[in-house]
Amino acid sequence: MSILHTVNKSPFERNSLESCLKFAQGGSSVLLIEDGIYAALKGTSAEGQVKAALDNLSVYVLGPDLAARGFHQERVIEGVEVVDYAAFVDLAAENDKVHAWL
Amino acid sequence: MSEVVKKYLYVNRKAPYGTIYAWESLEVVLIGAAFDQEVSLMFLDDGVFQLTKGQDTTGIGMKNFSPTYRSLGDYEVKNIYVDRNSLESRGLTQDDLVKVAWEDWESGEEKEDIVEVVDSARVTEHMDESDVIFSF
Repeated sequence: MSILHTVNKSPFERNSLESCLKFAQGGSSVLLIEDGIYAALKGTSAEGQVKAALDNLSVYVLGPDLAARGFHQERVIEGVEVVDYAAFVDLAAENDKVHAWL
Repeated sequence: MSEVVKKYLYVNRKAPYGTIYAWESLEVVLIGAAFDQEVSLMFLDDGVFQLTKGQDTTGIGMKNFSPTYRSLGDYEVKNIYVDRNSLESRGLTQDDLVKVAWEDWESGEEKEDIVEVVDSARVTEHMDESDVIFSF
């Protein structure tokens, strides 16, 4: 069963991302949305966690949520893919279920 | 206006848009400006993300309130402090933040940018020196 995990909390304020990455099955997809997008930025204290996750998970970040907060592709960790709403829908459709970590 | 002038410190610790705290804090600051008090703002933890420049909310259907920060100098806000550790652990520098100009209408004194990045010890001091603290 493939799962799309969505994380919408800042990694500096909640442990949602940490738990998600800990329990996500290898090969799963993780989509960072809303305040979750801060985990996708380069040079933060959460960068190591996300880079390590890229070894066995696909990590995506929602572009409109990045832009709303003043960030773009060039500030995003290599390997994390910036996606739009249409790709969010595709990810949800491609996977068997969605696990929204709050 | 009021005889007694107190030092008000607004502490902001939440990222914008994900929750309503940042916007509510800004509303309170703007309302409070009507009371002729000495107002300072402090940005800590995820609150530093409120000041990032280039915010564009057209894609998320929410009001972009970040331009309002740039006008805080016109609303009696005299000092804006940003915690250095909070910035650095989020991969940010002062270059990533908006500039807030300030001008005293009576004396004509002007400052190009009142946003000041400070060390943790100074954060503690500012909290200690203020009469009233509102934390969001």
